[in-house]
Amino acid sequence: MATAVATNQTILVVGGGVSGMTAALEAAECGKEVVLVESSATLGGRTASLYRYFPKLCHPVCGLEINLRRLRGNRSVRVLTLAEVTAVSGTRGDFTVTVKRSPRYVNRNCTACGACAQAVSAEIPNPWNYGLDRLKAAYLPHAMAYPQRYVLDPSIIGTPDAEKARAACKYDAIDLGMQAETLELKVGAIVWATGWRPYDAAKIQPYGYGRFPNVITSVEFERLADPHGPSGGKILRPSDGKLAKNVAFVQCAGSRDENHLRHCSRICCMASLKQTQYVREAFGEGAQSTVYYIDIRAIDRFEDFYARVQRDPTVKFVKSKVARIAEDQATRDPILHGVDTEGYRRYASRHDLVVLAIGMEPSVRGADIPAEVVADSSGFIDAAADGAAVFGAGCATNALDVNRSVQNATAAALRAIQVVNRAARAES
Amino acid sequence: MPTALNEQALARYRNDFLREVEERVDEGGWVKMCMQCGVCAGSCPFGPHWEHSPQKIFMMIRAGKREEVLASDSMWMCTSCYNCVVRCPRKLPITTIMHGLATYAHRLGLAPKRQPTRDFSVIFWENFTRNGRANEIRLMLRLWFRDGFGAGIRKALAMKEVGLGMLRAKRMSPFEIFGGHGVKDVKGFQAMIRKAQEIEDRKRGFSK
Repeated sequence: MATAVATNQTILVVGGGVSGMTAALEAAECGKEVVLVESSATLGGRTASLYRYFPKLCHPVCGLEINLRRLRGNRSVRVLTLAEVTAVSGTRGDFTVTVKRSPRYVNRNCTACGACAQAVSAEIPNPWNYGLDRLKAAYLPHAMAYPQRYVLDPSIIGTPDAEKARAACKYDAIDLGMQAETLELKVGAIVWATGWRPYDAAKIQPYGYGRFPNVITSVEFERLADPHGPSGGKILRPSDGKLAKNVAFVQCAGSRDENHLRHCSRICCMASLKQTQYVREAFGEGAQSTVYYIDIRAIDRFEDFYARVQRDPTVKFVKSKVARIAEDQATRDPILHGVDTEGYRRYASRHDLVVLAIGMEPSVRGADIPAEVVADSSGFIDAAADGAAVFGAGCATNALDVNRSVQNATAAALRAIQVVNRAARAES
Repeated sequence: MPTALNEQALARYRNDFLREVEERVDEGGWVKMCMQCGVCAGSCPFGPHWEHSPQKIFMMIRAGKREEVLASDSMWMCTSCYNCVVRCPRKLPITTIMHGLATYAHRLGLAPKRQPTRDFSVIFWENFTRNGRANEIRLMLRLWFRDGFGAGIRKALAMKEVGLGMLRAKRMSPFEIFGGHGVKDVKGFQAMIRKAQEIEDRKRGFSK
């Protein structure tokens, strides 16, 4: 399984989120050989952790399901999970890529029965839920995980827990002797789709994230609303587990700010508008959402969704960037302070829960990418120059929503195909 | 004299107050960068006591509300805490602009009369440019007695302990009332101030 056959006509896709999966599948369905490298234990990326998509409010599992089916039906894509690209050498049409694979400690025999998780007692913060809850150190990343195979957290290796997990497995699927390994692959073109990560909200000091339990980020709120999330889909506030019916959404948390992220993260306006509808879905007319914004950037067809949310009587809009957040120590209610731009009225508004519409930054900044790329001041990959063969895709290139990421990844796949086609012609 | 400067400015900039601020106010070129998010207004510890917050003043400048801005006492309320500057997402030097607006309004004679910060600034400037050192006792006396003799006596009595403490610690001498100490080369110091003012006037378009 460690040997992935690859030639200079193979396309390497780095990152198994929706962009990487799309680029890999589009190239593979054109008949190209593809190696898809993913650093976590499952494909799906951040898209898989969303509760619903905007603007149609459908569930991402649906799109993910389609992509996974395409993947299972295609023999040209080799998927390497828990794998990271550490070095790239060579040139267009002739790259040598070094990939480091971390051990999963679970082999192909795994049936995802869950006996190992029951046997293990150690718990780790659940990365899938941004650490909002804990799970056993032998775990399936999430219900839609691909491959459907458990993982042992490295922290229990060498402890009695690891032995317990091995003993509990009826299928001889746990292999505690697995070691990290390094592979070298020959590839002709590279699609770099390492996606994004939420900006560190604790750096926005006046907002109190990390100090006030009832100030959370939009990605965490997404998990709270999800039935597979830490609260089973109930919108509970972290301090006391009470229902959070009065929710504030603070836009541009980190974005469009010279002190934090210079760029507009683009998705946050629509994400917050969407999340107001989660509150409404949970509490009906008893819901109260307030969106604090500089300006709402609901571009082109999303304008309709914005108009719909504006008509919703449970949603209020305050044109103001919140200056600071304080906390009522008795109730732990967050209190938002600022001045609104439409009338310059000073407010101090109390809410049950504050959701910071957190900005997007590239999860691997341009300068840290081992291949030769040109990046902008935010670390996003710029359009490839003529003669290049490392193509950015999805959120590695810009702050994009899922729809635009998929379009962008398809374009990157096409560029990669052109490179390997030329390599093939040169050899024949 | 101040009104003549004001007439000159009006003739020169007509209704383009933004351009006037850009050219004549310290860091005024930043005003157009404001995106009206309101973080400065919400971060100001003096916020509730201003008539116009910085955010509002920037919008008023863009809207050409010249009289309202220059005659307002808002920019005189700035305590230079720099909260707004560190939080501004566009990194506007708000504190500097506020002081720049105040200076400009004073220069044109439009700043509010008897505004305490303005009065203090004028008294302080005259006090220390005389011989290059602040003269504590004269500064205090002029400040306290600006509201009349009775008010001055009351203020002096209220501040008695502080004054005595300063005397004991040799931070203030009662003999300074007769002129006090100064820098070694007072004439040179004053020439330097005059030169700086001349350069500033040229830069701001007050002289050719």
